[in-house]
Amino acid sequence: MTRAGRRRLLSSAVVLLCGAAVVLALIPLVFIFFYVIRQGFSSLNWDFFTKMPKPVGETGGGMANAMVGTLILIGIASAIAIPVGLVAGIYLSEYGGKSFASLVRFTADVLNGIPSIVIGIFAYGLAVMPVRRFSALAGGVALGFMMIPIITRTTEELLNLVPSSLREGALALGATRARASFSVMVPAALPGIMTGILVSLARISGETAPLLFTAFNNRFFSTRVDQPISSLTVQVYTYAISPYEDWHRQAWAGALVLVAMIFLFSILARVVTRRLERMHRT
Amino acid sequence: MTDAVMTTGVDTRVSPPQTALPERPPAEAPVSPPVAVRMRMETRKLSFFYGKNQALFEISLSIPEKSVTALIGPSGCGKSTFLRCLNRMNDIIVDTRVEGHVLLDGKDIYGPGTDVVDLRRRVGMVFQKSNPFPKSIFENVAYGLKINGLATRGQMPERVEQALRGAALWEEVKDRLHTSALGLSGGQQQRLCIARALAVEPEVVLMDEPASALDPIATQKIEELIYELKRNYTIAIVTHNMQQAARVSEYTAFFMLGRLVEYDRTEKIFTNPGQKITEDYITGRFG
Repeated sequence: MTRAGRRRLLSSAVVLLCGAAVVLALIPLVFIFFYVIRQGFSSLNWDFFTKMPKPVGETGGGMANAMVGTLILIGIASAIAIPVGLVAGIYLSEYGGKSFASLVRFTADVLNGIPSIVIGIFAYGLAVMPVRRFSALAGGVALGFMMIPIITRTTEELLNLVPSSLREGALALGATRARASFSVMVPAALPGIMTGILVSLARISGETAPLLFTAFNNRFFSTRVDQPISSLTVQVYTYAISPYEDWHRQAWAGALVLVAMIFLFSILARVVTRRLERMHRT
Repeated sequence: MTDAVMTTGVDTRVSPPQTALPERPPAEAPVSPPVAVRMRMETRKLSFFYGKNQALFEISLSIPEKSVTALIGPSGCGKSTFLRCLNRMNDIIVDTRVEGHVLLDGKDIYGPGTDVVDLRRRVGMVFQKSNPFPKSIFENVAYGLKINGLATRGQMPERVEQALRGAALWEEVKDRLHTSALGLSGGQQQRLCIARALAVEPEVVLMDEPASALDPIATQKIEELIYELKRNYTIAIVTHNMQQAARVSEYTAFFMLGRLVEYDRTEKIFTNPGQKITEDYITGRFG
């Protein structure tokens, strides 16, 4: 075989390998989607979204309380994590480089790697023990702590991508350092920062472990933040380990709703990014 | 002697021809030493250090009012660093140090009690690479006015138009003020940056190679603009382009290895430089 022929062969082999790896990576996703849809779709009906759970033995009912609960938990977590993560990220990028900033950066990375159950224990000690009651607030705190490092790091990284000539331009017009950050740098990095926030939302909305002993669960409809609250994930978990056939079906439906929700967040992240970017370019 | 020569006091100087630029303006003053003119900015024994590296060595130079002073010299000679000392832009670089004095209207801008934010409003800057904010054209120009509280919302459109006209950009953008500034061409972006700088009504405008990234036509527009601007503004411009320095400036300073080699009227520097090394540089023997 000629040299060129050998090179062509090797090249096609590598391309083939890469393709195979991609397929391999996508197989679990496809299977999960397929299986969850097949199992969950049949149990999905209007009641599932509007009705409350039925007592054991009765069939039917839904997870209305869990869906509202999940939204409330995400809301609390965002209210805590978005401001903190954003400002921390801005600090790291704009004032970072000193030893304190690198310490913050390192701890954010460590925090990001801590198992979610441990975060749950921390929130339990912080927000459950003192008042001796599980609450939506405690659940939100746990989820919020998981969001903070993600938001902080993406904000920092995206701000670092904004050319510093923009900052100089603002400073040269008489802007203060902070003004330049908030009025020029952050808006310029906004599409990416929004993506980071939505990705962190997608990540925490599927969490179960940190909620088990913070938000706990609630069979009833509740919107009070100082009371235990139901969430889709914990509800799915509870139903899935139960011995009842009807609950299993509902667990699948809940799982489908969860997957759809996260899918929606991801799509939203893309749409928002693209729209904001378009505003920037032309 | 002609009339033109008779009427030469700097302030009563005949205004430059409005048409195509490249020729020098009609011979104005017989080389009047910079001293006779009112100085807007002045440096006294200005030295600058990046860490342990000294980048500028005791530079004393005066920038006359309402004229263009060109800073030329080979790459790395410190002319940009010098320019950035004049509005304290180097402050934001860590581990740098300034010695000596920089006077703006007789007051030391490195002295205690200087409001850097106000200084940068008074001494505007245009950068080598145009750096419009990723906002609309209107917002770009309005930015400086807004942050400095120089105009109310109601006055904003008028001030923006004024600044854009001042930068000879108004006619090209008046129908698309609220589209992104990033949609403009390179030359338009640079003129937008000039408009942005003019909007806050600075006294001095520093330009760091404002046309080096532009094509010849856009460059010519910028040069014509500079020519217009010097009627109202004091301008210091760093340039690598000898012809440009000769075309737009009244005074030229030649820098070399962080030192000021020669500073005189532009005609003098380009026709009869006092130093051999200046002549070598200008005639392209090195650099």
